[in-house]
Amino acid sequence: MPSRDPVICGIGLSDYPVVPHLNSVQHHALAARRAIADCGITKSAIDGYVSTSGGGPGAGDDAVSMAEYLGVNHRYIDGTMVGGSSFEFHVQHAAAAIREGLCDTVLVTYGSDQLTRMGRVLGTGGFQRDAQPVAGAMQMATPYGLPLVGAYALAARRHMHEFGTTSEQLAEIAVGIREFAGLNPDARYRDPITVDDVVNSRMIADPLHKLDCCVITDGGGALVMTTEEIARDLCQPPIYVLGAAGTQTHWNIHQMPDFTEMGAAVCGPEAFAQAGVTPSDIDTAQLYDSFTITVMLMLEGLGFCGRGEGGAYVEEGHLRRGGSMPTNTDGGGLSSNHPGMRGIFLLIEAVRQLRGDAGEAQVPNAELALACGSGGWLSAIATVILGKDRPT
Amino acid sequence: MRVVRDLEWQGPVPAGEGEYGEFFAAAAEGRLLIQQCPECGHRQHYPRAICTACGAEPEWMEAAGTGTVYTYTVVRQYGVPAFAELPYVLAMIDLPEGVRMFGGLTGIDPDDVEIGMPVTAYARTYDDTHALVFWEPA
Repeated sequence: MPSRDPVICGIGLSDYPVVPHLNSVQHHALAARRAIADCGITKSAIDGYVSTSGGGPGAGDDAVSMAEYLGVNHRYIDGTMVGGSSFEFHVQHAAAAIREGLCDTVLVTYGSDQLTRMGRVLGTGGFQRDAQPVAGAMQMATPYGLPLVGAYALAARRHMHEFGTTSEQLAEIAVGIREFAGLNPDARYRDPITVDDVVNSRMIADPLHKLDCCVITDGGGALVMTTEEIARDLCQPPIYVLGAAGTQTHWNIHQMPDFTEMGAAVCGPEAFAQAGVTPSDIDTAQLYDSFTITVMLMLEGLGFCGRGEGGAYVEEGHLRRGGSMPTNTDGGGLSSNHPGMRGIFLLIEAVRQLRGDAGEAQVPNAELALACGSGGWLSAIATVILGKDRPT
Repeated sequence: MRVVRDLEWQGPVPAGEGEYGEFFAAAAEGRLLIQQCPECGHRQHYPRAICTACGAEPEWMEAAGTGTVYTYTVVRQYGVPAFAELPYVLAMIDLPEGVRMFGGLTGIDPDDVEIGMPVTAYARTYDDTHALVFWEPA
């Protein structure tokens, strides 16, 4: 029986981490070329396009501009922009569109020349350097000098207060992910680090140290999604979208209802229910690691451990290579690459794992992978569960 | 609420459009405003043209100007010239009226800040008629 079950059939990464010769549009294009070549689909078969600007205002890589640039005459388009998790939301939307028959084959792209174009201003370099008055709800925070890192530090401090979480426990997350980065020849930083290295690195915004924070790089990625039926004729095994759910609890950090509970607690259980699986069934997790605290809140929200138990859980080594839940097996945003919105890389790495193509970082017999993205300031969260076998 | 007239303000300023402007103007007069819904009683901050709970039109109410620290951070690195004087403390404050408010916390050694400590609001003008709300130990 031909099935319209949505699958990811093609993946492509643009070059990273430092790519001064490519702009954001070219990152989208390079990733798209590689994703199309990866699955062998005829380009003209692509009738859906989903993307959001990685380059920001003036980069010309908004969804409609990119659809034209890439030559995709779409029947379905989505330019949802919710920050770094946009691509998990995109998979949710594209899967529904494919299942419903609004289109058959969707190209998802992302590209950003953030490091080359802006240097490190997004982190602590001075995001709001110009003296323009600040509009909207950000005017309740930006005038006081709130850096991006400071926003996440507010959550980390509260977690420590409520649950006794320590800097060493947060550091363990960065150490385990760096170990995976050592297996990725393209990762921004590959030398092993210790918990002491993290807690002795420069304090940026208490309690977050430099090594609690993600890297800033260039990069891009692309996915091709289609029906199971069409994927049968392509050259890669289909990876099934078994569950995809998203939620938003706030946008600005000062509106976060509870600083120790993120939306993963809502969309995680929903995605698990769709897939008919539980957290313990997952073989590898790709979690948005903008900061170590992001991962800890996600682990708790998704139910890999209980609320407030993230510190003890990571200390047990579950996230490490060989652990029960190998996490961010490409080296993550903490060590490999983070061009500003990292969500697409979570999906690409999950697909590599399920194909068995993850090289030295391969999780043995990986059959179910989870990708959870965080956009904004722990604000817009989406969970995607992927499987190598068709849904039962 | 005490008002400190600081006409040397170097930092970014609020655009103050819509309800935001009323909030910052009241602060310059020593009044700390939040919103309360006449229909459902819900209280909210930041100010908006709609009650986030029931969709009605909210009204202003004056808060006492007291609170406790819900969480905080000490900023030790930031490349914006206006914030060159490091470190400084930023905090989320729980108000007894039931809303939470973000702001700078001054008048205390960053190492002495603790979650749960009582604080008092004060206003610091950034132009002749508008002020930001800061907090200091009670």
